[in-house]
Amino acid sequence: METNSKLKVIVDYDKCCGAGQCVMVAPKVFDQRDDGIVIVLDAEPPPEQYGPVREAAAVCPGAAIRLGESA
Amino acid sequence: MSTDSSEQVLDYPLRAPTAVDPPEEWAKLRQGCPVAHIRLPSGDKAMLITRYDDVRQVLSDPRFTRNLAEEGAARITTNEGGSVFENKDAAELSGGEQHEKWRRFIMRWFTVKRISAMQQSIETMAHQLIDKMIAKGPPADLVSDLAFPLPVWVIAEILGIAVDDRDKLAHWSNSMLTMTQFTQEEVDKAQMEFVHYLMGHIAKKRAEPGDDLLSDLIRAADQGEQINEKILLMTAQGILVAGHETTSNMIGKMMGMLLSDRRRWEQLVAEPSLVRSAVEEVLRFDANAGFGLPRFISEEIELSGTKVPSRSTIICSMAAANRDEKAFERADEMVLNRSPNPHLTFGAGAHSCVGQALARTELQTVLSVLLRRLPSLDLAVAPSELPRREGLLVGGIEKVLVRW
Repeated sequence: METNSKLKVIVDYDKCCGAGQCVMVAPKVFDQRDDGIVIVLDAEPPPEQYGPVREAAAVCPGAAIRLGESA
Repeated sequence: MSTDSSEQVLDYPLRAPTAVDPPEEWAKLRQGCPVAHIRLPSGDKAMLITRYDDVRQVLSDPRFTRNLAEEGAARITTNEGGSVFENKDAAELSGGEQHEKWRRFIMRWFTVKRISAMQQSIETMAHQLIDKMIAKGPPADLVSDLAFPLPVWVIAEILGIAVDDRDKLAHWSNSMLTMTQFTQEEVDKAQMEFVHYLMGHIAKKRAEPGDDLLSDLIRAADQGEQINEKILLMTAQGILVAGHETTSNMIGKMMGMLLSDRRRWEQLVAEPSLVRSAVEEVLRFDANAGFGLPRFISEEIELSGTKVPSRSTIICSMAAANRDEKAFERADEMVLNRSPNPHLTFGAGAHSCVGQALARTELQTVLSVLLRRLPSLDLAVAPSELPRREGLLVGGIEKVLVRW
């Protein structure tokens, strides 16, 4: 599926509500600042993180995480 | 197309057949009447939305708040002083910049990092409560022995409240979340006692700050932040009201749901790694979630092709939305390994539940500890006999009698 393209994590910080779902689901890719706002630890995560990253994007209550494909 | 053609006004909350099954109206409303006219316990009219996309859209829209102290907004309860949604002081904090600032501040105590640091202590509390329950022997009531005390213990720790005062906290919390169960006099009395206690507690923290949320707010006020006594009180009160009964009820309902079809419990005993997704699924599947979230619609919007006029009150039923077939495959089945599970139980958007990481951690911890300590756990009554908790804004099960 993602043989040639890489997954890219794009965050809309204005939409982040600090719920921390992404950190619970994909702790290797996301963290939070002290005030809860998301920190992206790895904007182009390795393929083994694609599952958790997709889940994090799907369950984000602020719909703040978007996934792009880069060549 | 307008729903006005169907003149029917439903009495809200809707009645569910049992403590764990959804009201029959949900599926029909989602299908044919996505913006339904309802009558609230106060007699005031409002509209109910039940589709996933509609509920998500309204909850995520930053223009609309839950502030029902606005003129023209529907009142929810028959009590004159009103419910938690009509509190004028809380309303001051519910919109705009000040809300944002306050939320960011409170958020510091509810990040995943903070909550993970509390996990061990939550686990110890769960063990303590389960030890006591086991010592008494079966049958036991999971609600009074475990689900009710645990979240209030956790909140007490966050607010820096002494162990000896936890039970008082539980009582006040129970009384303040009333719909019609208590008289206005009883609600007022609990509220007064609680405020009086908190003022004393805040004074103590001023004199001797500790490592807790209120001490943090006091320190910030000393450094020039605009945090007065009223905000301190409202914060403490808000955290108790938002975090106690809701989580207690959810623990009870989680166990009711998992044990009412014991294959679910057995699946988790065999595969404890499913705890995280199982907790999300019980949150999604909870049909007895209570009232839903009100929103005061300050500007006209369109939902599922229906125009909703400005100055209407909408009740968002997250629980009905969570059963929407268009959003979830096999929506009416509990699928313990469902992923992703973007349920709306904690709301969505800027106002989504601040304490959701804590709630999740409490639920996951309680479930893991019970699976380990009491794998033979079973209901001691028929699932249809689980008594519903009546009269509160948050739905629950009164008693979950178990044996092991």
